[in-house]
Amino acid sequence: MVASQQTLETLRSLGGEYKYGFVTDIESDFAPKGLDENTVRFISAKKGEPEWLLEWRLKAYRLWRAQHDEGHEPAWARVTYPKIDYQDIYYYAAPKTKNQPKSLDEVDPELLKTYEKLGIPLAERAALAGVAVDAVFDSVSVATTFRERLKELGVIFCPISEAVRDHPELVKKYLGSVVPYSDNFFASLNSAVFSDGSFVYVPPGVRCPMELSTYFRINAKDSGQFERTLIIADKGAYVSYLEGCTAPMRDENQLHAAVVELVTLEDAEIRYATVQNWYPGDKDGKGGIYNFVTKRGACRGARSQISWTQVETGSAITWKYPSVILQGDDSVGKFYSVAVTNNHQQADTGTKMIHIGRNTRSTIVSKGISAGQGQNTYRGLVRVLPKAEGARNYSQCDSLLIGDKCGGHTVPYIEVKNRSARVEHEATTSKISDDQLFYCRQRGLSTEDAVSTIVNGFCREVLQKLPMEFAVEAQKLLGVSLEGSVG
Amino acid sequence: MLKIQDLHVHIEGKEILRGLDLELPDGEVHAIMGPNGSGKSTLAYTLAGREGYDVTQGRILFDDLDLTEMEPEERAREGVFLAFQYPVEIPGVVNANFLKSSVNALRKHRGEKELDAMEFLKLARQKLKLLKMNEELLSRPINVGFSGGEKKRNEIFQMGMLEPRLAVLDETDSGLDIDALKIVADGVNTLRGPGRSILLITHYQRLLDYIVPDKVHVMVAGRIVRSGGKELALELEARGYADVVKAAAAA
Repeated sequence: MVASQQTLETLRSLGGEYKYGFVTDIESDFAPKGLDENTVRFISAKKGEPEWLLEWRLKAYRLWRAQHDEGHEPAWARVTYPKIDYQDIYYYAAPKTKNQPKSLDEVDPELLKTYEKLGIPLAERAALAGVAVDAVFDSVSVATTFRERLKELGVIFCPISEAVRDHPELVKKYLGSVVPYSDNFFASLNSAVFSDGSFVYVPPGVRCPMELSTYFRINAKDSGQFERTLIIADKGAYVSYLEGCTAPMRDENQLHAAVVELVTLEDAEIRYATVQNWYPGDKDGKGGIYNFVTKRGACRGARSQISWTQVETGSAITWKYPSVILQGDDSVGKFYSVAVTNNHQQADTGTKMIHIGRNTRSTIVSKGISAGQGQNTYRGLVRVLPKAEGARNYSQCDSLLIGDKCGGHTVPYIEVKNRSARVEHEATTSKISDDQLFYCRQRGLSTEDAVSTIVNGFCREVLQKLPMEFAVEAQKLLGVSLEGSVG
Repeated sequence: MLKIQDLHVHIEGKEILRGLDLELPDGEVHAIMGPNGSGKSTLAYTLAGREGYDVTQGRILFDDLDLTEMEPEERAREGVFLAFQYPVEIPGVVNANFLKSSVNALRKHRGEKELDAMEFLKLARQKLKLLKMNEELLSRPINVGFSGGEKKRNEIFQMGMLEPRLAVLDETDSGLDIDALKIVADGVNTLRGPGRSILLITHYQRLLDYIVPDKVHVMVAGRIVRSGGKELALELEARGYADVVKAAAAA
């Protein structure tokens, strides 16, 4: 418990200013700026990838190129941003090391210092905490802890580039099977240039004994981060996965286009939790991360379950819809989300629940909080296909507004093709009232604590779904993200 | 000791309190009665420092402090407590967590050690027992789904937890049936004592059958127009406010 709290110190009270805005001075190994087939080949070669993967990347690249040249970048989300110059981005930036580190002792001390600042327990003491961390620094996974302990159980937890090398049969079978490279513009881009990310495989009947955790951090200037995560829970397996994100302060916008794929076979369960605190830009909306992410899970087996829990407080723009394809009979999908937009932040986020199997069930709980001039949109699809006899969905979308210059929007899409399905949707919009603030202050709380208390109450249902230590940090983060939002 | 001197208060430019004077010594319970619109609730909110209640003249002194310009939370931390006429609902915020933050904000201000979860729970249970209230109150979200009586009881429980030096009870009796009224009144009587002054704002004499005040003040048109002992409440009950209003107008 102690050390896992250190992991999460990363997300700890930021004192009003973005605390993780430091830059690590490490010589990076860059691919030349811009994107063409050579960039893709460069990345693939750097990773020593097999031919099939290079081919896959190139197919993705060509598809992306065609969409890009025809101007097919998606424009349906309720967000606005200047056109991205994809030729002005570094697609590969790796900290320069002579050789691959074999143990922590060989890792660049500068890099370890950065992790220390972030509070990530890379050292063995974290063993006590039961957190295994796969830290993704820009594009290369630097060190992975506890692999040994996991290995005894047959759990594979490693950088995806390593999985390509050591477990090609698994990667080949599942990569792109949930989010194909042709899925959407940003998924194609990611498939072409993804540089690293985490790979998890939990064998049949194994309950992963610790929370697996990845820490993402964008460091290099003008670099994009395109991590790719693939998690497979085989029959009857269980795993809980935590993801946290930060980035340094930069005046320029940085692009983050990740893809996460989850697969559960019969009776398996994956819980995936994210606390996203990318740099949101300054008060005037300058800088910040464009977070354009495709996350999707497939409940392939009967009675399997996938849940997404996300707390999104950072990024200038968030565009993500963690979804579940409910293929197996009696499978269950859940989506719990808190999204905060303050100052000039924009978020268009929600989920898709695709009911294919019989008696499939899904739950959606979305809490959007807008302050300053923030714009917050919930966009969600519930689709029940003809064979999904007895499918059930419950959706609840609540918006909380702070001040009168922000916006909260709810855009539900419901498509039902089976008469036995039951789909419920509830939505509310409320404001933090002067009465509530005064009541809290009369009981001795400062205005900021009052806002934080009210907002945390509003999000309670979602925060309760987070692993304990994460929940505590998420609560603090919510308060910090909204500092100064009430005059 | 609370001393209010020549207090004038405007709300949106309209003068509601017009030169109010009042003294409330330590450990005493005073009742303020008066017809609708006389400014009783305005006085309660002004004492607690609510925004929009502009003090244009006069002062509110509390022991050696001048409350007049202080923020609501600063007053609360100095021991000023307002039991709301309409307690506010805060969905999702559990009473116990809220009160723990609240108690600790006050303790911190006094330079005392903050209570941890166990210490807090112990204290809360003691107070609930003292006030003959149910422990279930702790785990419910603040005032959400509470009946009128439960909300008022919750206010008294909070008062018990925060141990204020000055408690202002704004029409705590309104909307209560006789059983609920007795419970609330018992609670207040339990909490009354040296070191704690209580200002009871009420329409009706009924509450004063259960909480016997040291003094009764009658408020008309933003001023105290008559003060007396507890028998004054009975007189008002029998004859209505008409006479005092007339006398005040003539003065």
